[in-house]
Amino acid sequence: MINKIVRDMAAAMEGVRDGSTVLIGGFGAAGQPDDLIEGLIEQGARDLTAVANNAGSGRTGLARLMELGRVRKIICSFPRSAGSVVFEELYKAGKLELEIVPQGTLAERMRAAGAGVPAFFTPTAAGTKLAQGKEVREFDGRPHVMEMALHGDVALVEAWEADRWGNLTFRRSGRNFNPVMAMAAKLTIVQAQNIVELGAIEGERVVTPGIFVNRVVNVRRGAPWA
Amino acid sequence: MQPWSRTQMAARAAIDIPDGWYCNLGIGMPTLIADHIPEGREVVLHSENGILGMGPAPEKGQEDAWLINAGKQPVTLHPGGSYFHHADSFAMIRGGHIDLCVLGAFEVASNGDIANWATSENDSAPAVGGAMDLAAGAKRVWVMMEHTTKDGRPKLVEACSYPLTAMRAVARVYTNLAVLDVTEHGFTVRDLAPGVTMEHLRSVTAAPLADAREAVA
Repeated sequence: MINKIVRDMAAAMEGVRDGSTVLIGGFGAAGQPDDLIEGLIEQGARDLTAVANNAGSGRTGLARLMELGRVRKIICSFPRSAGSVVFEELYKAGKLELEIVPQGTLAERMRAAGAGVPAFFTPTAAGTKLAQGKEVREFDGRPHVMEMALHGDVALVEAWEADRWGNLTFRRSGRNFNPVMAMAAKLTIVQAQNIVELGAIEGERVVTPGIFVNRVVNVRRGAPWA
Repeated sequence: MQPWSRTQMAARAAIDIPDGWYCNLGIGMPTLIADHIPEGREVVLHSENGILGMGPAPEKGQEDAWLINAGKQPVTLHPGGSYFHHADSFAMIRGGHIDLCVLGAFEVASNGDIANWATSENDSAPAVGGAMDLAAGAKRVWVMMEHTTKDGRPKLVEACSYPLTAMRAVARVYTNLAVLDVTEHGFTVRDLAPGVTMEHLRSVTAAPLADAREAVA
């Protein structure tokens, strides 16, 4: 019998290794798996590469993981936002490596990883400094930049509903990066607000099929307002 | 001379958006356009964090933490609206399905180059977000910005001095002084704010200007 629902956070985080690339879902606070990040902090893995749209805000969640010195490198599209104090401090002090990736390229690099496409060409960033050092090729008379698939060792995902096969739905704009990150990692760990019976999410309603999911932990946390 | 206010700039841009267009309105000034779409037109708003058919801000107390726009402000969903993940959202952008994107900018060059993400070559941690994808991918890109910087330097230039967001991307610019098309001959004036003369506009623009107002009228 397949049962991807684990009993607690420790079981959800078991085996996450030092040096892992960790994909972290969310856009702002919506769809951000805060409890899994706390779980990762408890679990202790270090020397991590974090992939997320933003570089954390305040001193909780991703920001806390960084503040504790557990993140070696961050790959994101928008590091500076209101409250990204920890990022600013660490980056200025030279304690954090940064790779800036345009938001759509970031999503597509992970989709490509999940889809078995090693690299692709995109018009985004052609002729800009984010294309420096990358292969550029013309298609239809327009320059395109080669971008590589971005694989995760681990993905941390927030879902609205999950069943024991790992089928997921998301709430409203909380979907954002979560489904592509679920595809792109070897170990996809989900915090789900609601655990439902197998079959309760009708096939048409499944957003992320369980094949992309390894572990689900039930976290009833209410609204993610900071 | 009566330069347009931000609200008037937004209203001026809104009347140029036809019924049925799918539009992404950038964070900041372009967002104001949503409030000025003329009655009776259906313009479908896209937000790159996975919303099509985005509606206005909710009533106080009705906010949903899972329903925010690209600026991370609470919004609503228009009937007929939909949600999708980031790769699909940027497929809409990069795949040329978005009819129009309106962006803010630091500079626009007369060949359509746009600089709107990094304020200097030395800024080592600039935040690009979705700007490069939108500028390179939308079917057409308009810019909405003040005509000059706060200290009076022209933002319409022959070549951008700030790091580029995209090459040859901009089709039209709405400023507080004028509406200009970017053509193969450079900036071409379509409309002027009340009392603004071509002579004044030339004095605050660092690129040649053609005048197409008669041809348009």
